[in-house]
Amino acid sequence: MAKEYLTVKEIVGPLVLVDEVSGVKYEELVELELPDGEIRRGKVLEVNKKLALVQLFEGSSGVNIFGSRVKFLGKGVELGVSTDLLGRVFDGLGRPIDGGPRIIPEKRLDINGNPINPYARDYPSEFIQTGISAIDGLNTLVRGQKLPIFSGSGLPHPQIAAQVARQAKVVGKEEEFAVVFGAMGITFEESDYFISDFRRTGAIDRAVLFMNLADDPAIERISTPRMACTAAEFLAFEKDMHVLIILSDMTNYCEALREISAARKEVPGRRGYPGYLYTDLSSMYERAGRIKGRKGSITMMPILTMPEDDKTHPIPDLTGYITEGQIILSRQLHKKGLYPPIDVLPSLSRLKDKGIGKGKTREDHSDVFNQLFAAYARGKEAQELAVILGEAALSETDKLFFSFADRFEGEYIAQGENEDRTIEETLDLGWKLLSMLPVEELKRIRPEYIEKYLKK
Amino acid sequence: MEQGTIIKVSGPLVVAEGMNEAKMYDVVRVSEKRLIGEVIELRGDQASIQVYEETGGLGPGEPVFSTGEPLSVELGPGLIRSIYDGIQRPLNVIREEVGDYITRGVDVPALNREKKWAFQPSSLKAGDEVSAGDILGTVQETPTVVHKILVPPGLQGVVEEIKGGEFTVEETVARIKTDSRVVEVNMLQRWPVRKERPYREKISPDIPLITGQRVVDAFFPVAKGGTACVPGPFGSGKTVLQHALAKWCDAQIIIYCGCGERGNEMTDVLMEFPELDDPRTGDKLINRTVMVANTSNMPVAAREASIYTAITIAEYFRDMGYSVALMADSTSRWAEAMREMSGRLEEMPGEEGYPAYLPTRAAQFYERAGRVKCLGSDSREGALSVIGAVSPPGGDLSDPVVQATLKVVQVFWSLEDWLAYERHFPAINWLSSYSLYIDNLEEYFRKEVAEDWADMRKGALKILQQEAELKEIARLVGVDALSPQDRLTLDTAKSLREDFLHQNAFHEVDTYTSFAKQYRMLRAIILFHNQAQKAFQEGMEFKKLASLPVKEEIARMKYIPEDKIQTFDQLEEKVKAQMMDN
Repeated sequence: MAKEYLTVKEIVGPLVLVDEVSGVKYEELVELELPDGEIRRGKVLEVNKKLALVQLFEGSSGVNIFGSRVKFLGKGVELGVSTDLLGRVFDGLGRPIDGGPRIIPEKRLDINGNPINPYARDYPSEFIQTGISAIDGLNTLVRGQKLPIFSGSGLPHPQIAAQVARQAKVVGKEEEFAVVFGAMGITFEESDYFISDFRRTGAIDRAVLFMNLADDPAIERISTPRMACTAAEFLAFEKDMHVLIILSDMTNYCEALREISAARKEVPGRRGYPGYLYTDLSSMYERAGRIKGRKGSITMMPILTMPEDDKTHPIPDLTGYITEGQIILSRQLHKKGLYPPIDVLPSLSRLKDKGIGKGKTREDHSDVFNQLFAAYARGKEAQELAVILGEAALSETDKLFFSFADRFEGEYIAQGENEDRTIEETLDLGWKLLSMLPVEELKRIRPEYIEKYLKK
Repeated sequence: MEQGTIIKVSGPLVVAEGMNEAKMYDVVRVSEKRLIGEVIELRGDQASIQVYEETGGLGPGEPVFSTGEPLSVELGPGLIRSIYDGIQRPLNVIREEVGDYITRGVDVPALNREKKWAFQPSSLKAGDEVSAGDILGTVQETPTVVHKILVPPGLQGVVEEIKGGEFTVEETVARIKTDSRVVEVNMLQRWPVRKERPYREKISPDIPLITGQRVVDAFFPVAKGGTACVPGPFGSGKTVLQHALAKWCDAQIIIYCGCGERGNEMTDVLMEFPELDDPRTGDKLINRTVMVANTSNMPVAAREASIYTAITIAEYFRDMGYSVALMADSTSRWAEAMREMSGRLEEMPGEEGYPAYLPTRAAQFYERAGRVKCLGSDSREGALSVIGAVSPPGGDLSDPVVQATLKVVQVFWSLEDWLAYERHFPAINWLSSYSLYIDNLEEYFRKEVAEDWADMRKGALKILQQEAELKEIARLVGVDALSPQDRLTLDTAKSLREDFLHQNAFHEVDTYTSFAKQYRMLRAIILFHNQAQKAFQEGMEFKKLASLPVKEEIARMKYIPEDKIQTFDQLEEKVKAQMMDN
């Protein structure tokens, strides 16, 4: 029987200070019982002699200094895992909320996990076809990659993430896959969109959902993505599945982290976010990957809404430094009515070079990709120039680039929400658009490929 | 052994009492799990300890053991090809012992204790006088690296015995009699990471570190023994540039330090380097490389140490007389680790929450680079070049880490994301970057590259500078309103950018360009420019110039293989001929 303490001394925000404790460990799981029998959970943030600082996951409203009983459980926050997780819906702390039975765990895992030894990692190089040209052709996703979507409020990131989850496959292979979805502070509508999309396509049977919605306790969100990562690691590296984790919305997660940091009166870094935000984010993002000698993989797609569409805000900024690229959505394209409104110029997949080319996609992929980018960039520049000087002032070549950029947006980037393009279709479409331009402008493509693929 | 008791745990910071004998920066073992930590603050008998491993599950009352030694690295044969974490634990051995995830309390020696190395004694014999830095003998560590076994710093005396044969790093290879005693010397040295290794004197760096990257070598070269920094927002290609430099620069030893960066990047190096050939020796690149990897999800305190671990290993090879290049990616993560510890210590923060001693620490680190006369009687020279990536938030160069770095480094390669969006790689801005080594290196360039190299370089930079101004004007009045001369300048600048500065790291030929080819490429562009200027005076129209077929050949000259460099003669002839025809 664990000791119960009645020595709560202070309550500040989500933090509770307990005095006169002994034998308490850092990061230990805590249960706090209210006089009416309600149980709140939390973890130890700091121990200093006889004082333990506890962070409550469900927040501190209704907690009283004199009536609360605190119990230290002698273990960290854990998730019971088994393959029965598939097809189930949990709250942000891993408790079932779909009315189904309790999970009988195969084992219990600490949700913080351990860092993958860099020496044990296998380099992600298997091309995932998402059927979206702007991703496959220009920002190629590979298995084991972490590729976030930088979105803004009101942009269709749920649709894109759901389309990726629905269509993603490795061409020519039938393997066991699973989707782990971690929702942090998103609205009921957004979460309902995912759940019903998963239901519609039958993907729900292969999905594990951890839901912390906007009206759920904010502090609980700190654990939600870690629950998702722990479930994913188990499915991928012990059950040989290829797992896609979707985390939405990381901005809410970071705000919860800031709330705790402020309550602890820590020295703030940029915009009030704690100085360890980078380390904290990486402890989740870096759990994606492949491990040598294991069949499964974890591909991660975190979604975050950039406050005021500002890419230099600490959350997208630090995320971009950790993840292997980013897909940035553009409000301008969205307003033009284009779907998916992927802003391809600042978007990037760092791992694409290992995932494309001969034997993976097609030999000409890398050159076509470079050329499309350069041409689109030049076209955009011409369009900007035309705004100032008028279209007539452009040179003949620049006019070509001008209309190339338009067609590129309308035909290459834009596609249907249920349109699943093969990589060949995407590449051929690229060549079709490039054929608008004079051959001598195609400097980024090797002559032999121009010979072979360019149809005038 | 003295033993203290934990009284506080807060993240990677542990405070212990009863630590009367602890010294600053001593290594301690925390709790029965024997986690490794370092003393970073002392108050009375209380010591603040930064712990290099996760501290979950620790609590007050648990013991802390001191070792009485500062954080040190092991130096000797076996370093090359290794991959270490921030406190020099070999990651491959950790994987063998505990599996694919790094768990806590793993204690493995940095250098293999069982492996035997063939020690070849130098010409020294019994009775010879030796002092620190003298070469006792050599070990052929990899096909490319001869590991020199040196008399350790601080030791001076007379050789009593020196023997060749197969030894482990701990077995005695020589006995040296000093004034007071006989010292048995083995092939293993220990050195505290926060202390610079001694050398005889620093000398001015006047040889370039040849990297094969055109924008670096031609425009903003770094000297052997120099320092450079690469700041840039994410996605601007810092890591690709660091990898390209690690692959192709003509240093004899490469130390690659992944400090708080992505795990997959280290895997990339680990998987690629054993495959790639060194263009100079023909041997595999991995055979001259040491890696230190403390990825972003590994404990933050060890990240702080990783930079020092890496540079101490680098200094050790420099002391053998090698040219060593250290790539540190990224020093911002190192500074952040410092900030995190500083915050936990409740120190008064400086700018952006960074500790006030950040500029001092950065300067101390970069000053460990340099070209030196090593200890030892053969007065050999070694060089340690340091190339540090910086990741400023939002690409904002007013970031304290960037500013602290710029104060001490001599070369600044400014990576910009808008160049990266245009897929102009390496995305080094040719207008804002600089190299302070240009004057030092001028003589080398004149002798080794060409007499007119320096002038050509200046000319090319001037054209690019003019382009920036002309573009402003063109934006207002339109390109057609410019004079043919100005349009030519714009055209040549474009050619310089696209045909010379742009370089594809993933193209088999373009990834590396020798100085000879760089010279010919630049000369071809400048020749075209000069010829065109003449042609204008004789009344040629700009339109015609733009449609000359030789332009396309200039655009493709970067793909001319190194062994077909004579093709440039024909190219130059064509430029002249086509210009004449019009």
